[in-house]
Amino acid sequence: MTDKETIVRAERAKTKKAALGEDIAIEDYITGNEHPSLNSLDEFPAEYQQDLLDAGIEPTEKDRSGSFLQRDCSVVFSTVKYPGLELMSTTEALKKHEWLKEYLWKAVPVDQDKYTAEVELGQTQGYFIRSEAGKKVTMPVQSCLFISSDKIGQKVHNIIIAEENSELHIITGCSVSHAVNSALHLGVSEFYVKKGAKITFTMIHNWSRGMEVRPRSAVVIEDDGAFISNYILMTPVKSLQMYPTAYCVGKNARATFQTVIYAQGDTKIDSGSRAVLRGEGSRSEIISRVIATDNAEVIARGDVIGEGANAKGHIECRGLMLSDTAEIDSIPELKAARKDLDLSHEAAIGKVAEEEIQYLMARGLSEEEATSVIIRGFLNVDITGLPDALARETKKMFDMSLEKVM
Amino acid sequence: MLEIKDLTVEVEGKEIIRDLNLSIEEGEVHVLFGPNGCGKTTLIMTLLGFPSYKVTRGFITFKGVDITNLPTNERVKLGMGMSFQHPPEIRGVKLGDMVNIAQGRKEDEIDEDVIALAKRLNISVDFLNRDVNLGFSGGEVKRSEILQLLAQAPDFILFDEPDSGVDVENIELIGRIMSELLDRNKMPSKREKSGLIITHSGSIMRHIKADRAHVMLGGRIACSGMPDEVTRNVMETGFERCVELCVRSNEVGAE
Repeated sequence: MTDKETIVRAERAKTKKAALGEDIAIEDYITGNEHPSLNSLDEFPAEYQQDLLDAGIEPTEKDRSGSFLQRDCSVVFSTVKYPGLELMSTTEALKKHEWLKEYLWKAVPVDQDKYTAEVELGQTQGYFIRSEAGKKVTMPVQSCLFISSDKIGQKVHNIIIAEENSELHIITGCSVSHAVNSALHLGVSEFYVKKGAKITFTMIHNWSRGMEVRPRSAVVIEDDGAFISNYILMTPVKSLQMYPTAYCVGKNARATFQTVIYAQGDTKIDSGSRAVLRGEGSRSEIISRVIATDNAEVIARGDVIGEGANAKGHIECRGLMLSDTAEIDSIPELKAARKDLDLSHEAAIGKVAEEEIQYLMARGLSEEEATSVIIRGFLNVDITGLPDALARETKKMFDMSLEKVM
Repeated sequence: MLEIKDLTVEVEGKEIIRDLNLSIEEGEVHVLFGPNGCGKTTLIMTLLGFPSYKVTRGFITFKGVDITNLPTNERVKLGMGMSFQHPPEIRGVKLGDMVNIAQGRKEDEIDEDVIALAKRLNISVDFLNRDVNLGFSGGEVKRSEILQLLAQAPDFILFDEPDSGVDVENIELIGRIMSELLDRNKMPSKREKSGLIITHSGSIMRHIKADRAHVMLGGRIACSGMPDEVTRNVMETGFERCVELCVRSNEVGAE
């Protein structure tokens, strides 16, 4: 597809409403002012430092192989400390690598809906992360997409490539200043996991009540490749709709999605994960934990499509209701296209059971402490596949997010 | 240690326990027999202060404190503990976490002390890392309960059917640790811990010595006596016949 064809397709999709989620008036949002570059992350204005921390970003860059920070529509910091790792804005990367355009819109269709079209036509940066063939970048890369001004429409296009037999661990946080009343985040992320490679992607969304969020992510996984996504959302958001999709095209390709959502206030979320199992022996696991309180409305989806020989997929959706005015819809779907498949799902929505509270109280906890232990336990998904240090780090970030809401 | 006076308890508006009296001194272990539905479990749930068990008359004092209206965790702070018959599964909360909680520690990690404690009950580290009670076998539930009590070290322990669903091998182990928890290995004058063991089958009584036994029928204590005798009568003749024998011997004694 030539650049011109891409633009034509995007133009045609400009008014195409998304299949899911409320329609957003993109034109209400602006690009805003340019922000100056920083020499280090601690130069980032003090008033926003906490927002960075809340999104899992380490301002000292300790134990990070690279850092990327985009403020509104400007890339203000990007640095690499590890050989074999590339990290820069997508715009810059496209200038540097002639071949990179072959990766654009290969996993996510440019005309999927008006949001993908808008990212093509009005893109404002995004990051490019790549691990070179055979390089295991065990220390995580951190990236943060930050919104600091009111009415900003952030429209990023991210490209992440793990070349053959390489390993890449990414911690990414999307965060917003507490001073922002209303803003839009459109994020297209295309992941390419080559033969024998592995990407772990831990994403913390630290939004606020006025944010409209429409990520559009897809992953292409080749032979023996593995992709693990951990998604955490604990803060309110006006509306969020996403349905990241992993295409396990290679033999024994593996995809894991783990999602933890604590929905509060008037939050509206429609979030799912999909795995398309095309490769022989490919596998996927989709796990979600959703808590809904106040007036929050959450639709938790999961979808596995089995097309390859001996493919295996499982969905586990669990919901916990803390309010009579909240709502959770749990929608797991399976589609089998041949006979030698093993696809399964389990879904359950429950409450904090009285007898569980009593049991914990009989071990000495107060009612409040007991409730908190149960909620924490409910959200406790064992994160598999992360290096030890990163697993600990993720747990710490998770605990921190949880402490904020409890 | 524990004094129950004229206790009447309702569950969902239905009277289950009527004017029950029982006193357990420091260092004593009592055993309570009774058929299903006689009110045994209601009694211990009430002692622990679970909200659906409403005391409509009478009172309970523990270590001289009137606990009739105290919340469960306050009673636990005073030194009460309980081994549950059917504890609930709690997803994401590991047995190791429960041990830390029982020990009153805030730690997330399962440390060497906990592992050493678990070892005594043949509980592995892998098992400590399992979600509590989720898919546990009958015997595993009992050992997990006893482990939590070892960590909690209460002064007074309620055991709800510690022998149900446990195989022969484990029942001996459980009996041994229960004996330890209840100071049974010490000289009578040195015993400080007390307990109340509820049993339907009585099989645990081969592995632990009690001081006094009671038979509960229809929400009351129908007879009391020496544990060996009551156990034998219950095993050989059943609950009701045991109560008859008991009443008759009391009458003989009174003459």
